[in-house]
Amino acid sequence: MAIPRRYALRLVGLALLLLFAAFFFVPMVWLFLAPTKTDGQLLTGSPFAFGSFGTLAHTFHRVVTYSGDSLLIWLKNSAIYSFGGTALAIAAAIPAGYGLALTHFIGRKMLLSITLVVMIMPATALVLPLFLEINKLGLYGTIWSLILPFGFFPFGVYLTYIYFSSTIPKDLLAAARIDGAGEWGVFRHIALPLARPIVSLVGFFAFVASWNNFFLPFVMTYDNSQYPLQIGLQQLIGSTASFNPTNFTAGTSIVVLHRPDLAMAVVVAIAPVLIVFLFSQRALVSGMLAGATKE
Amino acid sequence: MSLPSAAAVPGERIGRRGSRAVGRRERPPAGSSPTAGYFFVALYVALLALLGIAPVGYAIYLALANSHGFGSSFADAFNDYRFVPAFEHVLEFMGLWLVSQTILVVGLTLMLHNLAPRVGAAFRFLFYIPGALAGAASVIVWLFMLDPTASPFAFVLHWLGYAQFDNAVAPGNLPAIFAIMAFWTGAGGWIVVMYGALNNIPHELIESAQIDGANAFKTALFIKLPLIRKWVVYMLVLSFAGGTQLFVEPTVLGSAALGVGISKYWSPNQLAWFVASQYDEVNEAAAISVVLLVLGLAIAALLVWRGRLFEAE
Repeated sequence: MAIPRRYALRLVGLALLLLFAAFFFVPMVWLFLAPTKTDGQLLTGSPFAFGSFGTLAHTFHRVVTYSGDSLLIWLKNSAIYSFGGTALAIAAAIPAGYGLALTHFIGRKMLLSITLVVMIMPATALVLPLFLEINKLGLYGTIWSLILPFGFFPFGVYLTYIYFSSTIPKDLLAAARIDGAGEWGVFRHIALPLARPIVSLVGFFAFVASWNNFFLPFVMTYDNSQYPLQIGLQQLIGSTASFNPTNFTAGTSIVVLHRPDLAMAVVVAIAPVLIVFLFSQRALVSGMLAGATKE
Repeated sequence: MSLPSAAAVPGERIGRRGSRAVGRRERPPAGSSPTAGYFFVALYVALLALLGIAPVGYAIYLALANSHGFGSSFADAFNDYRFVPAFEHVLEFMGLWLVSQTILVVGLTLMLHNLAPRVGAAFRFLFYIPGALAGAASVIVWLFMLDPTASPFAFVLHWLGYAQFDNAVAPGNLPAIFAIMAFWTGAGGWIVVMYGALNNIPHELIESAQIDGANAFKTALFIKLPLIRKWVVYMLVLSFAGGTQLFVEPTVLGSAALGVGISKYWSPNQLAWFVASQYDEVNEAAAISVVLLVLGLAIAALLVWRGRLFEAE
């Protein structure tokens, strides 16, 4: 009796795993298939049927040209905010992590503790206070209202701190100093050349966090020319007939979008992050877990 | 709401390695000049002061400085008829989300750990991918999934008695819907983390348990689970802190007019934004955000100083 019961348990386990795999993955599959179909096909056909490339091209064209190329404007804004924020995050975090790990100064421990607290605290808790402050400073409506907060990235500082304190022996730096290298020279010629993996890791996390951020641009931007994609997507819901039928009563001049159009816009919006996820997943995860698995 | 899961924990893992390495070399850094350190951290400290500390100080100032008297903004916030319901909504959401996430993430990870490594890796990948869709994108995906006329899960929705989109997103369902969205984007990252923690368990320990006659189920329950307990606590605490801040999900769902049941102040963060943007009640908004800040700060401080998960030396 013992053996069949064991197999039964395993089968139940596997069935559960498959069920959850479907839960996680089916929405993704559906999302990528939806723009290849017309709204009618979405309602009547199988959810997993492929439509046609012609329809896909048509959908893409309709979404890109929607409301004076809005999607391209949002894409450009997302790129400006995210790359700007990421560049600032790297410029601030790499030297700071190095300073915390390998130099000595009064207040270093305090700074490290504050960094940890701010890193763990949900970033969204700061959004409203930031909005009030940015307003006061007169930066509301400028790109700095987003780039500056995106560039403040304590998690990157912590990652860099850990990286430098575990990869560079302090003796190496001491030797360089004895050889007459200045502090900047030590950083520039010893630490920076070794820092490439941590620069890409910090860059990855900062970019994803900025690109996907919704709350901050929601409060900091106020018109179409400033919106990043995340806010643009929300605007598109308002133009999608199936979710907002009342917006399209007789005589309206708004261009009506349909479900496949909205799905197409979502695909465009997530593409950059998804590509990074897909191609660097293995490297990222193995890098992240290296400490845990090499015991 | 962005979940800190995938982002925070990998760093933490590196952190464990790092802090151990630091522990091995406890000598003070030799020969670095005392002023050099300030130079390296200068830009970050400036950003921290301007964008981390100043906004908190300013929010506290606004919350306290009110022409109607010291502390009256807090009274305004607490007496606002929308204040208690907003926190009730979020509590209900978190109750559903935290319980189901804890059970499912632990259960799925333990099941994955019994599979052949390659098969396990494939599953982890499938679970992890939705993590790329944070923010508005994942909410829109779930708008589609909850639309009985187009969803691939239509049979489930019909089985539950929902024939139309507005039935599915009825107000009573919202906490559960937000819990599903949060689980969908966040669980995969946590599963990757927990799986990594399980791989930390020495093989000999599991083998000896099996020699002693423990089956897979008993090994999971009595050997593996206790050893990853602190990760489960860590996930719970971080998720709790993040959950109180709910904003994106109700805001984006509210843009679909068919979901008319959802108010513009469903969650506390929405309420704070609503009173600030619609009524220019900055003091009350600041008071609400200070309440949320204190919650987030308290939890973070607890983890850093009591949890010993992050060893800052």
